[in-house]
Amino acid sequence: MFAFGDKEGQIVTPEDLPLGGPQQLAYPMDPVAKIVRNGSTLNLAALIRLDPTQLTDETRPLAVDGVVAYSAVCTHQGCTVSMWQAQAKTLFCACHATQFDPRDRARVVDGPAPRRLPMLPIKTVDGVLTVAGEFTGRVGGERL
Amino acid sequence: MKTTRALAALVAVLGLLVLPVTAVAQARYSPVTDQRLVTPEPENWLQIRGNYQGWGYSPLSQITAGNVRRLTPVWAFSTGVDSGHEAPPLVNNGVMFVPTPYSQVIALDAKTGKLLWRYKRELPEDFKALHNTSRGIALYGDKVYVASLDCHLVALDAKTGKQVWSRKVEDYKTGYYMTLAPLVAKGRVMVGVSGGEFGVRGFVQAFDAQSGEPVWKTYTIPGPGEPGHETWSGEAWKRGGASVWLTGTYDPELELTYWGTGNASPWFGDQRPGDNLFTSSTVALDPATGMMKGHFQYQWNESWDWDEPDAPLVIDYQKDGRTIKGLVHPARNGYLYLLERSRERIGFVSATAYVKQNVFRSVDQQTGRPAYHEERIPKTGKRAEFCPSLWGGKDWPNAAYNPKTGRLFIPANDNHCGFMEGKVQQYVAGQWWTGVDIPDIGFTVDKGAKYFGEIQAWDVNSGKRAWSHQYPDSMSWGGVLTTGGGLVFAGGTNDRNFRAFDAGTGKVLWQFTTNSGIIAPPSSFAVDGVQYVSVVSGWGVDPAFQQGLLGDLLGWPKDVPQGGVIWVFAVSK
Repeated sequence: MFAFGDKEGQIVTPEDLPLGGPQQLAYPMDPVAKIVRNGSTLNLAALIRLDPTQLTDETRPLAVDGVVAYSAVCTHQGCTVSMWQAQAKTLFCACHATQFDPRDRARVVDGPAPRRLPMLPIKTVDGVLTVAGEFTGRVGGERL
Repeated sequence: MKTTRALAALVAVLGLLVLPVTAVAQARYSPVTDQRLVTPEPENWLQIRGNYQGWGYSPLSQITAGNVRRLTPVWAFSTGVDSGHEAPPLVNNGVMFVPTPYSQVIALDAKTGKLLWRYKRELPEDFKALHNTSRGIALYGDKVYVASLDCHLVALDAKTGKQVWSRKVEDYKTGYYMTLAPLVAKGRVMVGVSGGEFGVRGFVQAFDAQSGEPVWKTYTIPGPGEPGHETWSGEAWKRGGASVWLTGTYDPELELTYWGTGNASPWFGDQRPGDNLFTSSTVALDPATGMMKGHFQYQWNESWDWDEPDAPLVIDYQKDGRTIKGLVHPARNGYLYLLERSRERIGFVSATAYVKQNVFRSVDQQTGRPAYHEERIPKTGKRAEFCPSLWGGKDWPNAAYNPKTGRLFIPANDNHCGFMEGKVQQYVAGQWWTGVDIPDIGFTVDKGAKYFGEIQAWDVNSGKRAWSHQYPDSMSWGGVLTTGGGLVFAGGTNDRNFRAFDAGTGKVLWQFTTNSGIIAPPSSFAVDGVQYVSVVSGWGVDPAFQQGLLGDLLGWPKDVPQGGVIWVFAVSK
C-alpha cells in the first residue's frame, strides 16, 4: 500500500502508477492478517509501471503488465530511492545520486552504489499487486 | 575452569601486546584546560581551526617558502572508510586524533603514525544521512567529544578511546543528525544539528562536559512569544530549517559564541512568507545561558539554498582609522562581510562581492539588508536562474586568517550558476522535504570561463583583494591553513593535489599528489621540536556529486578516487 502521500494507507493498483514513471513508494501488507509491514524502511518498495516491451528479458518475468517492484533502499548507504530522474528515466537516490535503470533489473547507471537494487517479483491477484516471491538479493546498503 | 584459565592467559597476552602503546599515550596525555584553549601552544592543534577565533592559523615558522620544496611524507594511515573526510587532525602533545565518516575516531602517535586506539560507533541499522561525514571532534579535560551522525553527544576517554557516556540530542528518525565538531568552553560542550533538507527546526544545545547533563537548548528559529517569531507566518517555523551544520567560533573576552545557520525549509520563500529569522544568519549565543545576544541575517526569506553555516572568524581589523572588534564571513551568497561584534549586538560594516553574484540589487549600507532582483528569485511554479549556484561562492570549507599579515584566505568557486523551480511537497518525517527533487536542481557553468575554483587572499584592513590562485580544471573544496612561516596550505582540487602557496604572492611553492581529493582543512603541529603539516585526503559528498555534473558539462573526469588516508609531512633533512 502507499507509504506516503494523498493515498497513504490505500492499496496500490496498477492504475495508480503513471505509465513511464515516476515510481511510487509502498509498504507490503500481509494479505491474511492485514498487517502492514511498515516498521522498518528496509521494507519499502519502489513500484513503477513501464512499457512491457522496454523491459529486458531478465526483468520481464518478475513483472506484471509492465509493473516492476524494487527495494527502495539504496545499496550504497541505505537511503530511500525516492526520486525520479525524468530525462534519463532512472530511479534516483537523493543521498549520493546513484541512478538505477528500472527497465533492466535496476542496474546501476551512474553513481557510487556498488550493486543493483534487489527486485521483488510481483503478480496480480484479483487486480491487486501481490508479492510473488522473495527479493532477488540482499536488501540494504553497505555497512562499514 | 579450564576455559577461565585459558581466557585469563589470553587476556594476559593481549595485555602485554596492548599495554606499551597505551602507556605511551597515557604518559604523554595532558588534560585540555580552558586556559590552553584560550591561549593554545604553537606546537599543538587542540581545536578544529587551531583557536577559538576560527583562524586556521599555526604560529609555527620552521617550514617556510625557503624550505617547503623539501616537504616529504613522514607517515600515512588509511582510515579504511569511504565518503567525504572533512575533519582536520587534532594534536595534543604528540597524540593525534582524527574523526572519520560514520562517527569513528582514530588516535595515533603523531610522530610515528602508530595506532593507539580506535572508536567505532555502531550506527542504527536503519540510519541514513545525506552526509555521512564528520567535520571534527573536540578535546577537553581528559575526554574526546564526538557529535555522532545518529544525533548523540558521545564522550570518550582520550587515553583509551572507551566511551564514558553518550547522550541523545535528538531522534535521528525525524531527520536530525550531526556532522559538526562540538565546541567546548567553560565546562560546556555545545553542539548543533543538521537536517534542514528533512524539515527540522535547528538548535544549539549545551551539555555539562563532565556529566553530560543538558544545560540549555536554544532554537535557531524562535517559537511563539520569542523575538523574531513575528518573521514567520502560520506553522512554517516548526519545520523551518536553520540547521547548525558547523562549529561556532568563540570570543573568550566577550564570552560569546558565534554560530552560522542554514537556509530555511522548504527552500522556496513563497511557501513561508516573512524574513524567517534566524535562517541564513550568524547568531551570538552566551555559552553560560544560551541566551541570544545578537544576530545578523545575510539573506531574508531565503530561496537559493544558500546556507550560511560557516561561523564568522573573530578578527579585529582597522577601518577608517579605528580598530573594530569584528566578525568576518565569506558568505555562500558570494559576498565577503565585515561585521562588528559587541556584548549586545552584531553590527553591519561592509559587504563586497568576491564572486559573480546576480541576485542582490543592492545592499543597504546601514543595515546590510539586501534588495533582490525579482526575476532571480525561484518560487513555487516559477523557475529562476541565479549565480552563484546553490553551492555558493564558498560552501563549508573553512577560510583562514593570518594575523601576521592581516590576510584572509578564501577557498572560492566562481563562474557557476543554478536554476530551480519549487513545488509543494508533502512532509514525511525523515524524508527529503525541500520543495525540489535533486534531479530537478539546475547547475550550469560559464564554459568560456578561465577558472572555476580558486584561493583568494584579501587584506582585511583595506578590504581589498591581494591575489587569487585560479584553477581552470577544478572547483576549490579544501579548507585552508596558514602559518607563521608565511605559507598557505590547501587541497580541494579534483587532481588529488595538496599544495603550499606563498602567502604573500599566491605562488604555488610545492605540491604532492595524494590518494584521493582533499576536502578537509590541514593542521600543523610540532613534536620534539619538528614542525609537521597534516591533512586527511578523502573525497566525497557534495564535491563528488558536483564533479559528476561537471563531467557532463565540461568533460572533467567524473570519478575522483575515494577512501580516506591521513598524511603527515615534514621537511626532509
